[in-house]
Amino acid sequence: MLHIDLADHYQRGTSPIHRLDPRVKIVGTLLFILAATLLPPGSWAALAVLFLGSLGVAWQSRLGVTYALKRSFVVLPFALAAVTLPFTVPGATLAQVGAFVISVEGTVRFLSVLVKSWVSVQVALLLAVTTAFPDLLWALRELRVPRPLVSIISFMYRYMFVLADEALRLQRARAARSAQGQDPRRTGGSVLWRGRVAGGLVGNLTLRAFERSERIYNAMLARGFRGELKTLTPPTLTQFDRYALAGWVTFLAMASLIGFVFAR
Amino acid sequence: MHHTIEVQALQFAYPDGHTALRGVDLSIAPGEKVALVGPNGAGKSTLMLHLNGLLQAGAGAVSVCGLSIRAETLGQVRAAVGLVFQDPDDQLFSPTVFEDVAFGPLHMGLAEAEVRARVERALAAVGMGAYAQRVSHHLSVGEKKRIAIATVLSMSPEILVLDEPSAGLDPRARRGLIRLLSELPQTMLVSTHDLRLVAEVFPRTVIMDQGRVVADGPTARLLGDPALLDAHGLEPV
Repeated sequence: MLHIDLADHYQRGTSPIHRLDPRVKIVGTLLFILAATLLPPGSWAALAVLFLGSLGVAWQSRLGVTYALKRSFVVLPFALAAVTLPFTVPGATLAQVGAFVISVEGTVRFLSVLVKSWVSVQVALLLAVTTAFPDLLWALRELRVPRPLVSIISFMYRYMFVLADEALRLQRARAARSAQGQDPRRTGGSVLWRGRVAGGLVGNLTLRAFERSERIYNAMLARGFRGELKTLTPPTLTQFDRYALAGWVTFLAMASLIGFVFAR
Repeated sequence: MHHTIEVQALQFAYPDGHTALRGVDLSIAPGEKVALVGPNGAGKSTLMLHLNGLLQAGAGAVSVCGLSIRAETLGQVRAAVGLVFQDPDDQLFSPTVFEDVAFGPLHMGLAEAEVRARVERALAAVGMGAYAQRVSHHLSVGEKKRIAIATVLSMSPEILVLDEPSAGLDPRARRGLIRLLSELPQTMLVSTHDLRLVAEVFPRTVIMDQGRVVADGPTARLLGDPALLDAHGLEPV
């Protein structure tokens, strides 16, 4: 591999979801996650409605109804952080494993966390897949995310690839000189020596990054930068954006209502 | 009439004590296209950083378009001198090509409609009109170099100062760059190791070595003097 391409998840398209204003998509995604998170444990009907909602968005994005579904399982290991719940929440006994008691309430809570994070990730994935990264950046800026933070993300996005390429070149230079000597047992040197080489690589990369940052700053100064980043004003929300947001908020409100009404 | 660039007895030493410039004199008239050649470490890049006020003269004087470079004139100087760095990854720091080309005009405080018009014109001038929404990382070196030039063209500079524009280009991209440099109407000072490029595009050549200008004259005469070229580590074409 000559060139690192930390795959952009963005998929080009012209679907209604792609054309939505990125601000609407970010707010919609956050509201969805909020609605899912705030549901009482065991609101299966409401979670099913939210799940259908995410499928609907996937369908509208023309990437295929199951596009996000298939890719959302990556988060399940993270939900394991809640795996202690069945053992620690007091309640009716579901089963007993040795000295540990698995409670019904705890199990319901654990499964709720699992399903909530799973549907939330589906919607977040759809946001990332249907919105180009630069669009996400200006939308964040417009949504009053602190500018230094947005700038940091922006530079990170631009130079992550460049730095990764440099790291790759350093590693390749090391690999090219890591030949086998006469005595195979002595090839590769001691662990300490290898550690020193690896440390050197990291240090080298840090220095390069530092020097590059100075050159970039010079390039910014040369084009009139005076300490404040200026940007063009973005387009205003269209009628379509407003209706989409209003519809989505209504849908989320309904799902939440179902959740709280049918809460046990 | 003022010279576009006027450098007198310029000296400069880096903070680590390394002396980069030992008395450089150079003047460039409006419309001239001048090549700056010389071995690595001759002080070419250091000189270029002075023309934009990124480095402050240790001794001597630099003036650009009749403005001496001081804190108060920095804004005007930077609008007048379009400095393009050697590595386009340093020059293109924004997420998209459009934002990079708009950076200069925006920071000059121009109205938005004017900024958009300038971006369009600058990209068209380097033949990259269709690239506005592209992400810089995914471009080839040749494309990045052209867009790097557009990032300063959008500021409508009086003079373009380019650091090794043909470095790392394949023959076809290099050919395209030569055509572009010949077509652009701006005054130019271009540092390069590419003497065939010099012979094709630049009527006047300045040779620097060890922090001094050692020769300055018509390109044909300088490149036709093998003894001079050899003395300063250059190869005859």
